[in-house]
This record gives sequence, structure tokens and C-alpha cells, in this order.
Amino acid sequence: MKETRILMGMPISIEIIDAPGGGSADERRRTEAIAKAFDYFTHIDEIFSTYKETSEISAINSGRLAREEWSPEMELIFTLAEETKRATNGYFDIKKADGMYDPSGLVKGWAIWNAAQLLIKEGFEDFYVDAGGDIQAYGRNADGDPWTVGIRSPWNVQENVQIISTAHNEGVATSGTYIRGDHIYDPHTGAAANAIISLTVIGPNVYEADRFATAAFAMGQDGIRFIESLPGFEGYMINNNRIATKTTGWDNYQISNI
Amino acid sequence: MKSSITKYIIGAIVVAVIAAYAIFSSNSQNNGQLAIIPPLPSLPSTSSSSSSGGSTASGSASSSGTGQYKDGTYTGSLADAFYGQLQVIAVIQGGKLSNITFPQYPSNPGHTIDESRTSLPVLAQEAVAAQSANVNIVSGATQTSQAFQQSLASALAQAH
Repeated sequence: MKETRILMGMPISIEIIDAPGGGSADERRRTEAIAKAFDYFTHIDEIFSTYKETSEISAINSGRLAREEWSPEMELIFTLAEETKRATNGYFDIKKADGMYDPSGLVKGWAIWNAAQLLIKEGFEDFYVDAGGDIQAYGRNADGDPWTVGIRSPWNVQENVQIISTAHNEGVATSGTYIRGDHIYDPHTGAAANAIISLTVIGPNVYEADRFATAAFAMGQDGIRFIESLPGFEGYMINNNRIATKTTGWDNYQISNI
Repeated sequence: MKSSITKYIIGAIVVAVIAAYAIFSSNSQNNGQLAIIPPLPSLPSTSSSSSSGGSTASGSASSSGTGQYKDGTYTGSLADAFYGQLQVIAVIQGGKLSNITFPQYPSNPGHTIDESRTSLPVLAQEAVAAQSANVNIVSGATQTSQAFQQSLASALAQAH
């Protein structure tokens, strides 16, 4: 069973593999669990959407909400943002040049991971959550094999340029400039980090993969070296000249044409 | 003479304290490798949020609720995606959005920076080559654009 909704400004897909011989009771359980996971994303969007006047982050950015009144989720994300800023030598910064806070780069991976934990709590073992191309998969696909993940070509949406498999519940995230324009900036220079057009990171979970993909992308050419320096992470970086650079362990995840 | 030695000793102590603090604080940060991911906050009830998922200030469409759309395949309008034209096809199954594909997509992401001088001696490089589209899930940064939202919204409008 798979369902896609547009939330937080992007398509979010959740698929749960049908239990063999599960019947209609099982189907209802899956439907309810998927609805619950989508409700969670809606809840997170209502707190963290910088597009919504009524969100908590908008209230903070407009000076309407004192720190003592922040929700536990907001406090947590700011704490995680501080920690991530340190871990990435300042490349990941939720404070923008105009002084406003935009934690969406951190919230996305964190929310995907939490939605996946929600499905595990509901007793599901074989599923994935995909929010705008950042993925947390668990267990196996419908064929009983590890989930296969394509890395989308920056030049042709119908094509993948790599295929990997996540046999141990890894998270996968891609940062890129294509389509959306130069949406990720180097906080050190304020310049668009547009030399590299796509950087995919495999990490222990989607929260880790997403935040380090975002930071590494902002580092430009050095991003892939940064990923190489992180134990438990692999990366695949693509530049304008159709040349990819990969970390030393990337090929352990890569599978040949299927 | 004696006072300058005292200054030197005091200076050395200050440096040692700062160094010890720096080592202590860098150890206590665990370098970001194993951030503890917190438990879920309590969730809002299903009934209250299903009615509030409609169009938002960011212009997104929503397919919350059961049977909101008529089953079928709907092609969205062409939308300007900065580098070219983008178009989506929305597939509705069981009244819900089940899949999104792209019949039209910008072919030139555009930048012309010459990177042939770049060298990364340690890490392997390879020419990017097309692979099979036959995968379970796709990772990419495409599905967050304004153009995507526009074309999808027009496809879903037909599904009512």
C-alpha cells in the first residue's frame, strides 16, 4: 500500500508492504498507520513552516514569541541545529543572512525519521518514508529483497545515474541545485554553492544523511571529502561536467543495472 | 627578573587551562556522529487534522481524506522551472494520489562553470551514466520547486 500527499511543500510518499494473507483487517491497520504518519508531518509543518503566518517559527521570527514560550519540539530543533553547526564547521546554519531562522533543512530529515519510528511502533517492519527525495526505508521490498534506491539524474528525471540498496535500514538524502535554483548557500561567503549540482549521502539514518548532505553540498568541491571523513557515511557527488566523485565505501552500496 | 618569571608561569597556567577546556568541550560534543534523536511528541488526533490539510499559504495542494479524487491519470500544465519547462502526471488510485511522474522536464540545468581543473586525488571519479529506472524509490532534489507545485495542482484540479 502506497500513498503520496503534498505536505511541507513537497510530495511525501509512504509505502508499507502488504502482509501475506493479511486480509482487510491488515489493510485497515496500514491505512490508519499511514494516515497517522501524514498527520505527524502536518503537525510538524504547523510548527516549522516559514510560509505559514500562524506557525511557531513565524512567531519567533517576527518577535512575537519569547524563548520561554517555545514548544519542546522547537527547543529540540534549535539544540540539534547548534550541534549540527559545530559538527559541520559552521556550514549548516539555520540562521539566514537576514537574521531569520529557517530550520527546515534540519526538520525534514528529523520528521522523516520520526514518522518512520511511528510506523515501527505500530508494528510494521517493511516500509519506507520518502519526503521530497530524502528516504528512510526499513526491512524489505515486496519481493523480499533490500529496497533499491535510484539516484535521480540531474539532467533527465526519467533516468537514474546510480542504483543503491539499503540492506541495513540506512537513510538516503540528496541535495542539489537543479530545478529549484541555487537554494543552498555557503554561510561563510554568502555565495551560491553551485559548482556541484547533486550530492547524495547514505548515512545511519535519514536525519544524519540529510543534515550532512545539506552541509556538504554547501562546501562545494570539498563536500565529498567531508563525507569521506565521517565514519558510517558514504557520498556520491555530481558536477556540471557529468563527472561523479564517490567516497571509498560507496561501491559497497552500489548495485549494477537491474 | 623575578616578576617576569612569575608572569611566564601564570601565562603557562592560563594556556593550559584553556587547552584543557577546549579538549574537554570537544570531547563532550561527540562530533555530531551520533546525535540522539528524541522521541516523538504527542500527535494531534486524526480527526482534527484531516480537515485542515487543504491549500496552504505556500500554495501546496493536499490529498488528505479518502476518496477526494476520481481515479485516473491526469496531466498537469507546463510550468516554468527556471531551467526549462516542467510537467507532471498525477496517478489517482482509490481516490488518493498514488504516484507522480514527469513527462516533461528541463534538460539543461544550466551552469557553465568549468570544473575540469578540479582534482580529488584520493577519491575515485567516474563519468555519470544512465541506469535503469526500475527501482523502488528515487532520491533526488527535484520535487520541491514552485513549477512542480503548479503543474501538480493543475493535474489534481482535473481529478475532482
